Amino acid sequence: MSAETQIPETQPAVDRAAMDVDIACVGFGPATGGFLTELTRAWTENPADPAFESRAIPGMPLQVLCYERADDLASGVSGVVTRGHGIRASFPALNPAEIPMAADVRTERVFYLLDPIGASRRSALLRLGDAVLRTAGRPLLHDSAFELPWTPAFLHKHGGLVLSIGQFNQWVASQVMGAGFAQIWPGSPVASALFENDAVRGIRLADQGVDKQGTPTDGFMPGMDVRAQLTVVADGPVGSIGQALDAYLGLPQGHARREWALGMKFVLELPENQPADSPLQPGTVWHTFGFPEPEIFGFLYVHPDRLVSVGIFLPSWLGDPARTSYRYLQHFIQHPLLWQHLKDATLRSWGAKSLEESGQHGEPFLSGNGFARIGEGSGSTNMLTGSGVDEAWSTGVQLAQSVVELLHQGKPFTRENLASTYEARRRASEVERGAREARNARNGFQSGFVRGLVGMALAGLTGGKLSLGAHIPPPANQLRHSAASLSREKAAALAIEDGRPLHDALMSARGWPEVPFDGRLLVSHQDALLLGGKVQAMPGFADHVVFRDLGLCACCEDHTCVAMCSGQAITLGSNGVPSFEREKCVHCGACLWNCAHPPAGYDSNLQFLAGSGGLHSAEN
Amino acid sequence: MPTAFHIVVCAGIVPDPLQSLEPVMGPAGPALKNEMLLPAVLDPWAASALYEAAHLAATNPGSKVWLVSMAPKAKLQQVMMTVAQKAAFELVAVDGPLGGFIDAHATAAALADAISAIPGLDRTKLLLFGGWESASRGAGVTLQLIGERLSLFDQFQGVDQITVREDGSFEVLERVEGGQHQVSICSGAPALLGWATGNLPEPRSNPQVGMANMRTVMPALQKAKPAAVAAPGLHYDAAQLPAQQRQTRVEKDMTPEDIARELVAWIGAE
Repeated sequence: MSAETQIPETQPAVDRAAMDVDIACVGFGPATGGFLTELTRAWTENPADPAFESRAIPGMPLQVLCYERADDLASGVSGVVTRGHGIRASFPALNPAEIPMAADVRTERVFYLLDPIGASRRSALLRLGDAVLRTAGRPLLHDSAFELPWTPAFLHKHGGLVLSIGQFNQWVASQVMGAGFAQIWPGSPVASALFENDAVRGIRLADQGVDKQGTPTDGFMPGMDVRAQLTVVADGPVGSIGQALDAYLGLPQGHARREWALGMKFVLELPENQPADSPLQPGTVWHTFGFPEPEIFGFLYVHPDRLVSVGIFLPSWLGDPARTSYRYLQHFIQHPLLWQHLKDATLRSWGAKSLEESGQHGEPFLSGNGFARIGEGSGSTNMLTGSGVDEAWSTGVQLAQSVVELLHQGKPFTRENLASTYEARRRASEVERGAREARNARNGFQSGFVRGLVGMALAGLTGGKLSLGAHIPPPANQLRHSAASLSREKAAALAIEDGRPLHDALMSARGWPEVPFDGRLLVSHQDALLLGGKVQAMPGFADHVVFRDLGLCACCEDHTCVAMCSGQAITLGSNGVPSFEREKCVHCGACLWNCAHPPAGYDSNLQFLAGSGGLHSAEN
Repeated sequence: MPTAFHIVVCAGIVPDPLQSLEPVMGPAGPALKNEMLLPAVLDPWAASALYEAAHLAATNPGSKVWLVSMAPKAKLQQVMMTVAQKAAFELVAVDGPLGGFIDAHATAAALADAISAIPGLDRTKLLLFGGWESASRGAGVTLQLIGERLSLFDQFQGVDQITVREDGSFEVLERVEGGQHQVSICSGAPALLGWATGNLPEPRSNPQVGMANMRTVMPALQKAKPAAVAAPGLHYDAAQLPAQQRQTRVEKDMTPEDIARELVAWIGAE
């Protein structure tokens, strides 16, 4: 196993096909959706405008291509609620009924969930607070939950939308490609950027017809070089091109990516004949905190047609190295507040995604010679309001407006020109204002849940003017290695006895009750891959998760990468080192920031490279 | 001397087989729940036909491949972005509904009309390809019906291989029972071949092939005409998925003999 997962040596040079285009986009999500929508609209207004003549193929319209890793443009993984300001600005007459699973936000509620089991890791201070709530606050307690009488303005999504990102992406792509201007190619992972001194001159697609290590086999087809005047990098927080740029250029002075979270969610179908007074009407939005662990925030969004997205966010500052999102999610939906509405539901789909939560602290260089970065990978997510889709969309629109401006001026896509247009637009926008307010909003959580809430409220209520100070260590140092040691021995014995994953056994050993599988809503993690996740990987691509130094893995006792793997694609081999199965990977990227023992000079002992496959679900 | 063929591949789109499918009875008859939400793929049987067609065209210079497909335009466009990277073809798009509950005769009529209208199609070189079955709940007869409408009387079903000979005739391997193949010799085009899985792997995604195909795919989608496939006399009593049952049990310390004994009993009870 060790030989299979080592990073390959440098590949021999091969003859590659090459193609010249004007603009190459990496990744298709909300940011690229905004970019292509705005650019297509500008072209549609006057297709004969000479500014839109291709420089790559004179006489043709601008050649704009987008390459997306997922096998289908609908295979997005996020049910979201968004304020939708930027999206609605792009589509002023937007009718949510035109987009499957979309609804206007109608009600928003925030709940603090008590622990009805007694297994969560609560501090003494929090236990005291819970006890006070249970006694003095009894009239306000229902179903082990305390509803906040007042929802902070920064959490509100009034006028917003509940969306399935998979369906939204599909809808946007249909609008864009229907115009016949831009092309969006799914199933096309981008392996690397074409660097030339300090400039990006395009991208290289992943090789096909290779083995797990990337060695050519039968049917070898070298990934094509796509040379572009502008490369739009929108491959999200764990995208290979974004990572390559960060490695090549570094981050701006003082910036670092140290805060992460894994969002995991179910899409459930409620039974027919819902009572008329059911609180789960389309457009309902619930935010929760306090359970299954104090640090884990949860959500419930109601789509039309009795579909519900329900999920949790596991932050990097949840110190437990045995953290495991799937089982936590199962306990979350069994909380009395949710279970009374969900117990008869059916699991339709399931998915997970890493969120880059450093905000502006992790913002990379937004543009340079021949490239611009948009979307979540560019640090656009607002960590105070917990929103990223609309912000990502808006950054795409801003870049498109800037590209149109430069095209009309006949100026090249240089660092200076992109800075004076795209970066200037972004700095003057609502995205920037929100990011500044949110900049230090999460600071307190490194020191505890209660302090984190205080810090968040302070930043939120003062528009970011006041916030707590914090020293945020790299993700590996956020793990508290002693957290699970008390029950580790017992759990290991349990895991060996019945063959369960160690993290699963650890949670049982810590007092979490067994999940009563029913084959419909509560199913094993493995079954979820088949029932709800529909994971698949095209053959002929190299492994996209590789371990830098398996010697380090052999010495690691935490195995957090194994515990946090959303698809159980990383498992612990009998030789004590993890192994990776590409066919089970959902591309959430959690392994990248859940390494407890990175080698010197790196944040992780794992590399998350360009890869094919992943979830095949359009309902996420 | 190579023979130039005009290969027309009929290929519908179906929900990604990895999805959970649930039949429902709507006002217009049976349908799949949330079908428009589900990602779609080229029907796997017809996809084999396309790959074989592309291979045949590549090995017989002067040949050309058309892909004829009926589906909602937006959905078809989405699928084409994947399929177009696999093989070189010219798309003939027909704007029609999704689903395998459409009357096969009406579908065949719409597709036959579309094929007849292909400019430059030479009937003497025509090989009509498709899947011999479908993953779309269809009856598996549409291809034959198209052949009848186009007066293609040399029809082969369950095809796994075609070998073109020097004189333009070709040998066809058709699946028959018992894992055997029936060998037939056809004097030449025109003919109809309903493909089983064939022998070719799925081609790699080639961006250059995709770019070349896009020159015809987008215009074809834009000018796709709506097909009249309503069949007022057609009535479905019921629709259901094949029965699925999964029985999982964890047993520890069971001897191989006991496992074998239980398996035999279980198989015998089926």
